[in-house]
Amino acid sequence: MKNAFLKTTAITLALALPATSPAFADKADDTLRVAYTKELENVDSYFNSSREGVVLQRAVWDGLIYRDPETNEYKGNLATDWKWIDEKTLELNLREGVKFHNGDDFDADDVVATVNFVANEANGVKTQRNVNWMESAEKVDQFTVRIKTKDVFPAAIEFLSGPVSMYPAEYYAEVGPSGMGLKPVGTGPYKVVEVVPGQRFVLEKNENYHDSPKGQPTIGKIDIRTIPDVNTQIAELFSGSLDLIWQVPADQAERLAMMEDQFTVANESTMRVGYLSMDAAGRSSMEPNPFKDIKVRQAVNYAINRNALVDNLLKGKSKVVWTPCFPSQFGCDQNVTEYDYDPEKAKALLAEAGYPDGFKTDFYAYRDRDYAEAISSFLNAVGIETDFKMLQYSALRELNMKGDVPISFQTWGSYSINDASAMVSQFFKHGSLDTTRDDQTRDWLNVADRSNDPEKRKEYYTKALQRIADEAYWAPMFSYNTNYVTSKEVAYTPTADEVLRFTNMTWN
Amino acid sequence: MLPFILKRLGLAFLVALTVSFISFSLLFLSGDPAAALAGETASGEDIEAIRRVYGFDRPMLVQYFEWLFKALRGDFGESYYFKLPVSTLIGDRLSVTMTLGVCGTTFALLTAVPLGVVAAIRPNSIIDRIALFISVAGQAMPSFWFGLILIVVFGIKLGWLPPSGASTWRHFIMPTIVLGYYAMPAIMRLTRAGMLEVLNSDYIRTARAKGAGEGRVLFKHALRNAIIPVVSLAAVQMGFMLGGSIVVESVFALHGAGYLAWESIARNDLPTVQALILIFSMFYIIFTFLADVLNAWLDPRMRSS
Repeated sequence: MKNAFLKTTAITLALALPATSPAFADKADDTLRVAYTKELENVDSYFNSSREGVVLQRAVWDGLIYRDPETNEYKGNLATDWKWIDEKTLELNLREGVKFHNGDDFDADDVVATVNFVANEANGVKTQRNVNWMESAEKVDQFTVRIKTKDVFPAAIEFLSGPVSMYPAEYYAEVGPSGMGLKPVGTGPYKVVEVVPGQRFVLEKNENYHDSPKGQPTIGKIDIRTIPDVNTQIAELFSGSLDLIWQVPADQAERLAMMEDQFTVANESTMRVGYLSMDAAGRSSMEPNPFKDIKVRQAVNYAINRNALVDNLLKGKSKVVWTPCFPSQFGCDQNVTEYDYDPEKAKALLAEAGYPDGFKTDFYAYRDRDYAEAISSFLNAVGIETDFKMLQYSALRELNMKGDVPISFQTWGSYSINDASAMVSQFFKHGSLDTTRDDQTRDWLNVADRSNDPEKRKEYYTKALQRIADEAYWAPMFSYNTNYVTSKEVAYTPTADEVLRFTNMTWN
Repeated sequence: MLPFILKRLGLAFLVALTVSFISFSLLFLSGDPAAALAGETASGEDIEAIRRVYGFDRPMLVQYFEWLFKALRGDFGESYYFKLPVSTLIGDRLSVTMTLGVCGTTFALLTAVPLGVVAAIRPNSIIDRIALFISVAGQAMPSFWFGLILIVVFGIKLGWLPPSGASTWRHFIMPTIVLGYYAMPAIMRLTRAGMLEVLNSDYIRTARAKGAGEGRVLFKHALRNAIIPVVSLAAVQMGFMLGGSIVVESVFALHGAGYLAWESIARNDLPTVQALILIFSMFYIIFTFLADVLNAWLDPRMRSS
């Protein structure tokens, strides 16, 4: 952003002057005030695809299963236990005595209705891959259900503890997604008392929350406002009318961290991985296409100083990543070929490939212009002259699907799903966003994705990941992190999946 | 006067139609709405399905006329992003923007016109210099920066005003000042230039010669003539404030129509963008029309032209 300098100046000015106004005690009225940056399109979690939506989803609704973010252990939530009765059928016993916020009782009918609604493509759930692995659900008795998958789908448990929430059957049938978005009803630790679409969401503690592994909520009220400008968010934090902001840029977070007596700054990694995608399949109109040559792709890998990017730009808990998946994900073996920064070697490889003077290429990005510019200068330094183009996400995606992008800086957040299939299988199985189209990689990934044997899955993900690294199909670079800033009155330890858990927040 | 008004009205209608058509075609060319709608995590098949469901695969003219006929009946369709009727969505946000636009224009006129008049009465005096300084500063200072400075001073340091939001009238004070200050310099300079020119004209000398009081000379004879271009300018500024207060709305988290338009463009939310463009251009058209009528009333010679 061009204006970043002036904006930063204004906030620096604020920090330089001694603050005279004391922070208001929100603890007094038991209301936690939180800022969102983006306007959330619809509170109905099946009809939005943003981080803000995931945060509300986890507060308002429950899944059948819950994954403990600390231990990664799966625990029963709305289900108490589950077992695979055949390769494609999961039987779950449901928790009894759970009530929805509107007073309806939760039972097998709600699970059946929810699953059958979201799994039907015609109903238009926004993120199809969250739900399209399910064929249907059927009721066995009032508190037993069976969910059938389309194929063998080992990640089912992970999905059932993530994006698949249970909705009240009768209410949802009556109001539909837009009604649910305006007056959401779930079983979760917080119930929604006010929605101004895109602007404001007020939640209230669910006093009758069941004995869930999420824990019991303690803070009485959560008041969320959308404030698009991060500087305004910081100003509100200073004036005491906000208690929590997140996704704070590293430079601002550093300055806020210096004011220890007023704010707590916590940094935690997210599952998002930044990488360079190259047109190894030769789909773009570039002629000759240097990226078809493994030496050129290796040169790109050697040209990037990943440590410098992490230390100087991303900071915090970001790490260098060598795989097309996030290290905590199941199957994401880190034991793959690494390309340490070596610009001389990069130049030599380019010369060997027949480009002793380098070459010229378009270079695309859609976010984090500062990172993209740094990457671009690393490429320029070894002779890859980049014509840098910053596009809107949807525009770049469209171009990418047509195969018109020789090299681009991309990121992927895996939708917080802790399984390698959420990233590597998304991009290396000949889908429209696959820039490599390697049959061997696809076949190995298919074996891994379709097996119920964890050891076999690991083995084949490892094979695929090693091949991708050896062939230098991508240049994976780093994981992202986010800064959480809270007022001194709030106690919260963020988790590595960038889901704000209001239930785990307390007053100091 | 009536034929003049009717002629202007007909012209305004044609302009609105042209604007809607041009914007529709430009949006149509600008990107794939299906890809934007599908979101970050969708696959190619998801996008194809969305394209069929929303009818993006039909010819552009068919889509335009369908939209136009519905729009004429007040039905702007459903926002792709919010899944709510566009009219509900916009109605809600327009009130914020209109409040801001009216307050901003009033603030600009109430400060700029008196300053311009004073500067013209005593050209090159200290007052004129101060007025010049204020206007140059207003023109040069980016409004997001001015906004943040106000937030820092009045919102944080002094704690007099809420930094952001739109729930009470106190929330509108800082945005009004920022928006009004941005429009002020042009109005002030134009008032000053107009007054200077008029004050040197023969009829002012005549008015003074026949013994009219200075106040009467200034306000009845001079200002009424000097204000004519200012009225047109203020109308354009007002249109600008209603459609272009994006930065101010974003800094002060006001959730008005300008910010909605900006965000909707990035989200390829075509029905919302379309409706907003139509409404914004209607504002320009209505204000220009009102300014023409007002000028015709101020200056009878214009009615015949």
